[in-house]
Amino acid sequence: MANTMARSFLQVAAAEEVAPPLRVVQIEGLVMLKIIKHCKEFSPALVTGQLLGLDVGSVLEVTNCFPFPIQEEDEEIEADGANYQLEMMRCLREVNVDNNTVGWYQSTMLGCFQTAELIETFLNYQENIRRCVCIIYDPSRSNQGALAFKALKLSDSFMDLYRSNNFTGEKLREKNLSWVDIFEEIPVKVSNSALISAFMTELEPDTPVTQRDYDRLQLSSSPFLERNMEFLIECMDDLSVEQQKFQFYYRSLTRQQAQQQSWLQKRRDENKARKAAGEEPLPEEDPSNPIFKPIPEPPRLESFLIANRIANYCNQINGKFFDKARDCFQKGFRKRLRDSDGPTLTYSQHPSRMTETTILFCYWNFVSSISSREREREDVLDLVSSTPMSHSVWIHATNS
Amino acid sequence: MAASDRTVLQFGPSSAVTSNITAKVHPLVIFNISDCYVRRPDQAERVIGTLLGSVLPDGTVDIRNSYVVPHNEFSDQVALDIEYHHTMLKSHLKVNPQEVIVGWFSTGLGVTGGSALIHEFYCREVPNPVHLTVDTGFRNGEGTVKAYVSVNLSLGDRQLAAQFQEIPLDLRMIEAERVGFDILKSTSVDKLPSDLEGMEVLMERLLTLINDIYKYVDDTVEGHAVPDNSVGRILSETVASLPKLSPPAFDKLVNDSLQDQLLLLYLSSITRTQLSLAEKLNTAAQMP
Repeated sequence: MANTMARSFLQVAAAEEVAPPLRVVQIEGLVMLKIIKHCKEFSPALVTGQLLGLDVGSVLEVTNCFPFPIQEEDEEIEADGANYQLEMMRCLREVNVDNNTVGWYQSTMLGCFQTAELIETFLNYQENIRRCVCIIYDPSRSNQGALAFKALKLSDSFMDLYRSNNFTGEKLREKNLSWVDIFEEIPVKVSNSALISAFMTELEPDTPVTQRDYDRLQLSSSPFLERNMEFLIECMDDLSVEQQKFQFYYRSLTRQQAQQQSWLQKRRDENKARKAAGEEPLPEEDPSNPIFKPIPEPPRLESFLIANRIANYCNQINGKFFDKARDCFQKGFRKRLRDSDGPTLTYSQHPSRMTETTILFCYWNFVSSISSREREREDVLDLVSSTPMSHSVWIHATNS
Repeated sequence: MAASDRTVLQFGPSSAVTSNITAKVHPLVIFNISDCYVRRPDQAERVIGTLLGSVLPDGTVDIRNSYVVPHNEFSDQVALDIEYHHTMLKSHLKVNPQEVIVGWFSTGLGVTGGSALIHEFYCREVPNPVHLTVDTGFRNGEGTVKAYVSVNLSLGDRQLAAQFQEIPLDLRMIEAERVGFDILKSTSVDKLPSDLEGMEVLMERLLTLINDIYKYVDDTVEGHAVPDNSVGRILSETVASLPKLSPPAFDKLVNDSLQDQLLLLYLSSITRTQLSLAEKLNTAAQMP
């Protein structure tokens, strides 16, 4: 009995611990606030910081964080930075904070964070820590109203490929790896201790009037869109440069192959002549000839990263609601704007036109409730229903 | 103060400065303090730490950050880990040199004797430190956060005691924090709210507000509620401030912006298709 028990224990101990895949990142409200504060203070400069927490099964808990100072170029960065980190970790350890590094966070400007440096940092971290994430926070998008937190990690297949330096077209086709597979986004969950939520509920201002967050309702998204378009255009230029590099490579490769063929042909003819004359045939290969030198293939990483960036910008431009819009539309959104007291408005909305329609509703509702004149109400109603919307937005007003 | 025949015990602010001080606290500070309190070592009753921030030009103390300092408290003695305090201060200053010490905090409702000693220590670091108490025990049935400054009680020329005087406290949130406020309230949220959901919530709030106003106006007109001229004036101003656009003008406005947005949507969809094409070209090209 004991023997079998021991053996099975040994077996268990000897068996490789297969880590469950990371499914969700659980952030504490404290960490979010700290990140928001740090990034916002230094925006538009980009800042980074360290994340601390625990790795529990398939959940990565982030319980605390501390910011990194902005490094000057001409100081001794390495020693200073490492010292700072060590000191912070030591101090936090004394007050019972988990001083287990689980990743880092960085701020970004409108989402252009997919760079080669990010990948390098990931690989550096991955060497020491089994599981790490990078949290990206976008303060400019948060000004628009969404809480732009993203948890990223490199996909395993990409990491293996990159580490083995086998980043050629052949290998990529083999593994079926494309630019979408580089980064994996992990869903983020927020948790708070009970004490904190008690405090927050307590400290919430009583009336919604004092909450001045109606800036979010502001529809002038044009500066945001403009910047997005600018970045998108720049990225397209970069992409075309990369494409040209590839074209050049392929062209030179074809040329080289043609040259090789012709040289080979000449050699063969020569050899035939020699054989006829009874001499030694010359070798069919000549490594010293420059036309046999293999041309290096241009790195594909950059083009992948650019593709990622472009996709990001496109997503942001597409009404900001693109993917969620698809879900909402499938749910068949119906909402009743007013209750039975006055004229009711039911609408089925295509969420990609949310901004325009909502302002129309509010205007309509407001006007119709304040003004009792039938004529004015009808006017606005005509306006609303006659506005040509290319997608299907139907507004039915029913008078109860 | 002019010398007088009788020395008078002076209560109240001895200078105009102390009476004008108010404090503004960022919710991050409260979060930090609560988190440290939850993580305190078992034998400690309360946690003590330093407050960082800045003093605004109009005299308000803006408390932006904090860190906890380990301490030991006996019956009437307090031992604070000063070295830790200085190390953390240095580290924080490296990140943000504008955030300096503005005071200190402790959890628990009232101000105890030990607090006076600690306050004296902080007085040596900063001229007029603010003392923040955060009641994590919820003794009054609610979590009270109070701020104090110390005022010297003097009898003539002799220092008698220091009195902790409460100063008004203001909880302040920057825009981005307010966006996430709802998720900060609950103990766990499964996913971050997207644009759409946030917008929805806001619209609902706006609608409830408008409904309230509507009801109020109705009640006043029918005589149920007491008419208030100032409120009525504000309401009429608000209604008058809505831009009076003729329907064709409004029509044109909406359509134009709609067209622009549709164009952008189209462009970005084209870009996405271009991307997938580029990807195919990049990896699918086969060389013989």
